Amino acid sequence: MAVLQDEVLPLRSEGDIVRARQVVREWARREGFGLVDQTKIVTAASELARNTINYGAGGTLRLEVLNDGMRRGLQLTFEDQGAGIADIELAMKDGYSTNGGLGLGLGGAKRLANEFEIVSRPGEGTRVRIVKWRK
Amino acid sequence: MMERIPILKMGAFLLVTIQVDMHDRLALALQDDLTERIVADQAHGVLIDISALEIVDSFIGRMLGNIAAMSRVLDAETVVVGMQPAVAMTLVELGLSLKGVRTALSVEKGIDLLRVWLGLRGETDGGAAR
Repeated sequence: MAVLQDEVLPLRSEGDIVRARQVVREWARREGFGLVDQTKIVTAASELARNTINYGAGGTLRLEVLNDGMRRGLQLTFEDQGAGIADIELAMKDGYSTNGGLGLGLGGAKRLANEFEIVSRPGEGTRVRIVKWRK
Repeated sequence: MMERIPILKMGAFLLVTIQVDMHDRLALALQDDLTERIVADQAHGVLIDISALEIVDSFIGRMLGNIAAMSRVLDAETVVVGMQPAVAMTLVELGLSLKGVRTALSVEKGIDLLRVWLGLRGETDGGAAR
């Protein structure tokens, strides 16, 4: 798997969520994603960026353009050094939220992406990686 | 001074056109402002035009649901108008049904709906150019 391009954005404040959406949109558009897929990956990025800030006490978003020999895709990795998630299965469940939100962030982002991976350790932080392949 | 989304009065209705990529606090401020304006202006309908919005995530979705619920308690109906098709498709996959939120394809259709629901047709001119 070749990484053709990458960039790291800080996720510290609400304004960074807006910035993350804009940059993900730019990259998806430049990579030739259709409008619906652009909308899906930007929406997933918005959910995950908000999680990083609200639950992870801030972190980073790494954007990468991938080429696996057959196709190109956009990989987004959200990483924080926050409290971590004790029960990932529960956190993935639609409607589960610890702060009064709708609890759609993780499950929703998984449905909007083609690949989804989450690694979290209580006390150490959380990393969520999604990939959207270009059709 | 915090940025605010303008709320326009059109007869018995309030119109909000969301033109910016909203950060979360702006969405919360809109929720508060609209609630106050419904009471202050004795509005019976609220139109929220989201045709310029490129995404609706769960936070904005929750805001729309809250506005619809709060306006109903205050005797006003809310219609969300102009959602882009790509946004609608994404919302469904995200798992947001916007239950309790009425929608219409355009501001004009939204006004028609409000007039029918509120029985105001012929009584109150929303003031919209037709």
